[in-house]
Amino acid sequence: MTQHQAIPMAAKGMDGVIKLALLAVGGQGGGVLTGWIEAVARANGYVCQATSVAGVAQRTGATVYYVEMAPAGAKVPVFSLMPAAGDVDIMITAEMMEAGRSIMRGFVTPDRTVLITSTHRALAVSEKMVPGDGIASSEEVMAAAEVAARRFIAADFDALAVAQGSVISASLFGALAGAEVLPFPREAFEAAIKSGGKGAAASLRAFAAGFAAAQGAVAEKPPEVAADTAPRGPAALLAQWQALTDRAGRMPAPVAEMASLGLRKVVEFQDLTYGAAYLGRVEAVLARDQAPFELARQAAKYIANAMAYDDVIRVADLKTRAGRAERIAAEMGAKAGNVVQLTEFLHPRAEEIVGLLPAGLGARLEASPTWMARLDRWFNKGRRLRTDSLRAYLMLYVLGGMKRRRLGSLRHRQEVAHLERWLAVALGYLPANYDLAVEVIRCRRLVKGYSDTHARGLSKFDRVLDGVALVAGRPDAADWARRLREAALKDEEGKALDGALATIRSFA
Amino acid sequence: MAERSFKAEVEDLRLGAGETFTGEGILALTKALLENGVGYVGGYQGAPISHLMDVLADAQDLLGELGVRFEANANEAAAAAMLAASVHYPIRGAVTFKGSVGVNVASDALANLASSGVTGGALVIVGEDYGEGSSIMQERTHAFAMKSQFWLLDPRPNLPSIVQAVSDGFELSEVSNTPVMLMVRIRSCHVTGSFQTRDNQKPKLSVRDALSNPRSDFARVVLPPMSFAHEQDKVKNRWPAAEKFIRERKLNEVLGPQADFGIVVQGGMYNGLIRALQRLGLADIYGASDVPIYVLNVTYPLISGEFLEFCAGKDHVLVIEEGQPEFIETQLGSFLYRAQSAVKLHGKGLFPQAGEYTGQVMLDAVTGFLKTAAPAMLAAVVRAPNMDRPAIPDLSKTVPIRPPGFCTGCPERPIFAAMKLVEKELGKHQIAADIGCHLFASLPPFEIGGATMGYGLGPAANAAFDGGGERRPVAIIGDGGFWHNGLSSSFTNMAFNKSDGVAIIVDNYYSAATGGQDVMSSRADNATKATKNPISKALNGIGIEWVRQIDRTYDVKKMRDTIREALTTDAPGPKVIVASSECMLNKQRREKPLRAAAIKEGRRIEAPRFGIDEAVCTGDHACIRLSGCPSLSLKRLDDPLRDDPVASIDQSCVGCGNCGEVADAAVLCPSFYRADVVHNPSAWEARLAAFRARVIGWLQRRRDGKRLVFGGAQ
Repeated sequence: MTQHQAIPMAAKGMDGVIKLALLAVGGQGGGVLTGWIEAVARANGYVCQATSVAGVAQRTGATVYYVEMAPAGAKVPVFSLMPAAGDVDIMITAEMMEAGRSIMRGFVTPDRTVLITSTHRALAVSEKMVPGDGIASSEEVMAAAEVAARRFIAADFDALAVAQGSVISASLFGALAGAEVLPFPREAFEAAIKSGGKGAAASLRAFAAGFAAAQGAVAEKPPEVAADTAPRGPAALLAQWQALTDRAGRMPAPVAEMASLGLRKVVEFQDLTYGAAYLGRVEAVLARDQAPFELARQAAKYIANAMAYDDVIRVADLKTRAGRAERIAAEMGAKAGNVVQLTEFLHPRAEEIVGLLPAGLGARLEASPTWMARLDRWFNKGRRLRTDSLRAYLMLYVLGGMKRRRLGSLRHRQEVAHLERWLAVALGYLPANYDLAVEVIRCRRLVKGYSDTHARGLSKFDRVLDGVALVAGRPDAADWARRLREAALKDEEGKALDGALATIRSFA
Repeated sequence: MAERSFKAEVEDLRLGAGETFTGEGILALTKALLENGVGYVGGYQGAPISHLMDVLADAQDLLGELGVRFEANANEAAAAAMLAASVHYPIRGAVTFKGSVGVNVASDALANLASSGVTGGALVIVGEDYGEGSSIMQERTHAFAMKSQFWLLDPRPNLPSIVQAVSDGFELSEVSNTPVMLMVRIRSCHVTGSFQTRDNQKPKLSVRDALSNPRSDFARVVLPPMSFAHEQDKVKNRWPAAEKFIRERKLNEVLGPQADFGIVVQGGMYNGLIRALQRLGLADIYGASDVPIYVLNVTYPLISGEFLEFCAGKDHVLVIEEGQPEFIETQLGSFLYRAQSAVKLHGKGLFPQAGEYTGQVMLDAVTGFLKTAAPAMLAAVVRAPNMDRPAIPDLSKTVPIRPPGFCTGCPERPIFAAMKLVEKELGKHQIAADIGCHLFASLPPFEIGGATMGYGLGPAANAAFDGGGERRPVAIIGDGGFWHNGLSSSFTNMAFNKSDGVAIIVDNYYSAATGGQDVMSSRADNATKATKNPISKALNGIGIEWVRQIDRTYDVKKMRDTIREALTTDAPGPKVIVASSECMLNKQRREKPLRAAAIKEGRRIEAPRFGIDEAVCTGDHACIRLSGCPSLSLKRLDDPLRDDPVASIDQSCVGCGNCGEVADAAVLCPSFYRADVVHNPSAWEARLAAFRARVIGWLQRRRDGKRLVFGGAQ
C-alpha cells in the first residue's frame, strides 16, 4: 500500500462531494455493486447519484459505473454524470488490467484517489489468442498503481468471493467498507446487502473476506503442498532412478536443476533407459559448454520436451492414470453421492495410426496415398470416449500401455531424426557464436500442438532455422534468432514471422 | 421478455401523488408518460431505452386499468407510424427508440407525421447513443428535427427535469400541432435520482373510444396540394406557436448573475458544465454559478429573441454543443449576425470538433473561454502552483483493449468457428454482417464480416454481388434483424433478384443484443405477442427454396458442412441457413433456478462442464482462436520446462460443448474433456459407477506396480 500526501483542492463548491468510479468487465456484477453503494449512501443521510454506460459492453467488455454522493441538504446538488480525469476520490477496479485502464484514463491521481483493485486477471481475447505467451504484465500495472494512487489496496477479490460461494461485487463492497473511505460504518454496508435478499448470506461472507483483505489482513491461504518429486515404485526401479538422479545432480547447478526435471519428464514418458539416454544427450552438450552453462541448461530443458513428444501413447497414458478422475471430480465440485461422467474428445487421423506402427511398415504406408486415404476412411473421425465406462477406458488403457513398442515406431523415428537435426544445427553454430547456438536450442519451443497445429509449428521452426542460416555470420545473429522466434509466436499464420524474414532477406 | 421480470419496476409505476420515486431516468420517464395521460405507447428496444419497453411490457395490468395501449413495434418505422393516431384524434401518444439509428429507420414516418401535423400530443423519446459505451455510428439526431421540423427537447439530466420535459413536451406538441422529440442521452437514461410522483391519469380519449368514432380529414394527407399547405402551416403557424409557448413557459432557463460574458449550453450538458465550474471554484455544489448560463432545454427551434436578450450587454458567449456538425452554434451565429451584434461567439475550436465532452474536455474548454472572456475570475486557479506530481508510467502498451464479445456458452460462437473452418478450406469470402450480437464475430478471434449497413440490411448489403462469381458472397443476420426489416429489405430482395448468395440467419430465440425481448420466431409462450413463427416458414413463403434449418448450432461439424454445402451447391437462387440455438444468457437465466430447485428436490440432474488436461495441452492456443469464450482462458504452469501458458477452463463454463466440438471438427488436440456431474443419480447408476471405479482402480494399480509413479503435478 502507498500513501501520498493529500493536496487540498481549492474548489468553491466541491466540499462534501464524494466521487466514486467503478471499472468492471461485463458480467462481474458492477450494477449490483453500484446499487449497494447507492443504498448505503441514501440510508445514511446522503443524496446519491449513479450512472453507467453499460449498453453493449455488458457482453464481456470494459464497463464504467460512476457514483457521486453528498450529505443531504435543503437543495439537491448538481452531480456530474461521468468521472473526470484527476477528479476521482475512490476508484474501484474489478480486474487488474482495468486498474491499468483507470490509471491510463487519468482517474487515479496521487493527490486524491484511493484505488481498490482486484489483482486477478480476466484475460482479454487479444492476450489469449497469441500462439505464445501474450499475457499482459500485472507487475507493470501494480508498479504504476503504487505511483498513481494516494492509497492503493490490492487483493485477489475474485478468489476471496469465489471461496465464499459468491461473486466479486460482494468482496469489493467489503473492501470499500474496509478501506474506510466512505463515512459509513460497516453495519451500514452489511444492511445494504441484507436488504437485497437473494444470496445475502454468501454475499455477506464474501463481504467480510473483502473487508478483512482491505484492512490488511492476509487471507488464510491453504498451505502449499510441497511438490512430491520422489517417485514410488518397485525397489529395483527406484534404485536405478536414484542412480540417474545422482548422475543429473553431478552436473553444474544450473544444468542439474533443469536436467532433474527433464529426467523426470522423460522417465514418466517412457522408462529409465530412456532417461539414461536423455542424460547422455545433455551430457554431450555439457561437454562442449562452460560456465555459466546457459547452453546446457537450455538443452536440458528442450531435449526433455523434444524426447517427451505428444504421441497417442502419452495422451492415452495421461488420460488413464490413477487419480485423474478424482482430481476432475474435485475440480468440478462434485459432492459425495454424485456420479461424474467423463467424455474425451479424440480425433485420430491416418498420420497418428501410421505413427504407431513399426517404423518400416509405417513409413511404407505413409508413402502410399491409397493407404493413407484408406486409413483415414477407417479411423479419421471424431471419437467421444466415455472414460468412466470400462470399454472406452480399456481402449485407452491398452494404448497407454504400448510404451514397449514406442521406440520402434515410425513416430519415434521421425522425432529422433528431428531432434538430432536440430541439435546438430544448434551445435554447429557453437564454435563461432555461442549465443546463437543457445537461441537455436530455444527454437524448439515452436514445435507444439497436435495435427495441423503441430505441422504449422514444425514449418515455423524450419523457417526460423532457415532465416537464422541467412544471418549466421553476423555478430547480431543471436538477436535475430530471438526476434524470429518471438515473431513466430505472435500469430497463427506466421504473418509476423514472414515480416521478420522479409527484413532479414532485405539485408542478408 | 421471457426470461426477466420487471415486477419491482412496475410497482414504481403505480406510485401516486405525494410519493417519491427513486430509480433510473428512463423509468422516471416511463412513469411520467402515465402521469401525463398518455393514450398509447410504442417503440423498438435498444440501449439506452430498452428499459422503458421492457417495463411496460410487464405492466399489462396497470396499462389495462388506465386504458393505455402498449405495442412492441416491429421496428422504429412502425413505432413512428403509430403516432398517426395523434394526427386526427386528441390522444397523447409516445414512442421510443434509440438515436440516431432508430430515427434513421423511423425517418419516413416522422417526416410524414411532421408534415401532417398532430392534434394530440405526440412524443418521440430518443435515447441518444453518443460517446463512451455507444454501439453505433457517431451522429446526431438533431439533424432530423431540423429537416422535418419537429421540436427537440434536451432537458437537464436530472429526474425532475426529465419528468417535467415529458409534460412540457406533450403540451408543446398540442399547442403547436407538431410532434416533439425528447432526447435523453445514454447517461441520463441510466442516471439515478428521485422525483415527487403524481397520480397516473387515464387518457381523455382512449384509442378504443377513438375507434368507435373514426375521423378523417384530407387536409392532413401528404398529397399535393395539401403538402404545400403543410409547409406553409409549419412556418406560419406551428413554429410561432411553439416559440410563444417555449418563451411563455420558460422552457429554456437563464441562470446565474449578470455579466459581460455568458455560456449557452444544451440542457443535457448542463451537469458537465456545472462540474467544470465547480472545479474552477465558480459554482457551488447546488449549481449556483458565478457565470451567466442560458440552458437550452429546447435545442430546436432556437428562439432568436430569447438568445439575443441573453446576449445583451455581453462581449463573449460560449456555446456548449456536443457532437457535430454544430447546428446550434451556426444558428446562434446567424442570429447575432442578423442582429448586427458585436458579441464574439465561441464554441468549436475551444471544444474539439468531434467526440464526447468528457470532464477534462469541458474543463479545458471552459477554462480557455474564461481566459479570454473573464481572466480575472480565473486568477486564483491560474496562479495555483504546479503540483509536484510523480510521473505515472505509461501503460498504453501494457493494458489490452477489451471490446465486448460473445458471452460464455453463446450459441453464435460455434457458427463462427464453423465459418472460420470453412474459410480455411475454401479461402476468404465476401462477408456482410448485420446488427446484433453476431457482429462481435467481426472482432478477433473470428474476424468475420467486413461491414454493416444497418439493421436487417446484411444480405441487402451484398446485393451488388447477387449475380455471383467464383466464390459466393455470404451475409449474416440475426433473428432480430430478420424480423425488424430483414424479411422485406434483405430476403425478398435476394429472392426477387435471384441472388446466388448465401445468408446465415443467427436465430437465438430473442432480440438478444437489446436485452432478450421476444421476436416473432421466439420459442417462448407470450400472452400478448404472437411467437413461435419459424423463420424458415417465412423464407418458404417468399419463395426461397434452399433453406437449411440447424437446430443445434453447437454441432460445429454439421454447421461447417452445411455452410460448405451452401457455398458449393449448384442449386440456383438464394441459399439460406437458419442456425438456431437459444441465447445462453437467457437460457441460464431461466434454467439455473430450475436446476437448483430440481437438485434440491432430489431429482436426477446432469451438470456439464468442460476441462483441460494440463499435461496434454501444449499451449498453442489454437482452441482459443476458434472460441474466445470468457471461460476458456490461460493459466501459467509452475513448471520450468514449459514456456507458454496452457489453456484452462474456469468454473463459469456452462458446458455448451463448443470446446469439444471444435477440438473434434478442427482436429485440434485431445486435451479437452467434458465432465458431467450427475446429481442424485439412481441407485443402479451409482452402483455401476462404483463397480467401474473398482475395476479401473485395479487396472491402474496393476500398471503402477510395474513402473515409477511420480507424485505432485503431472
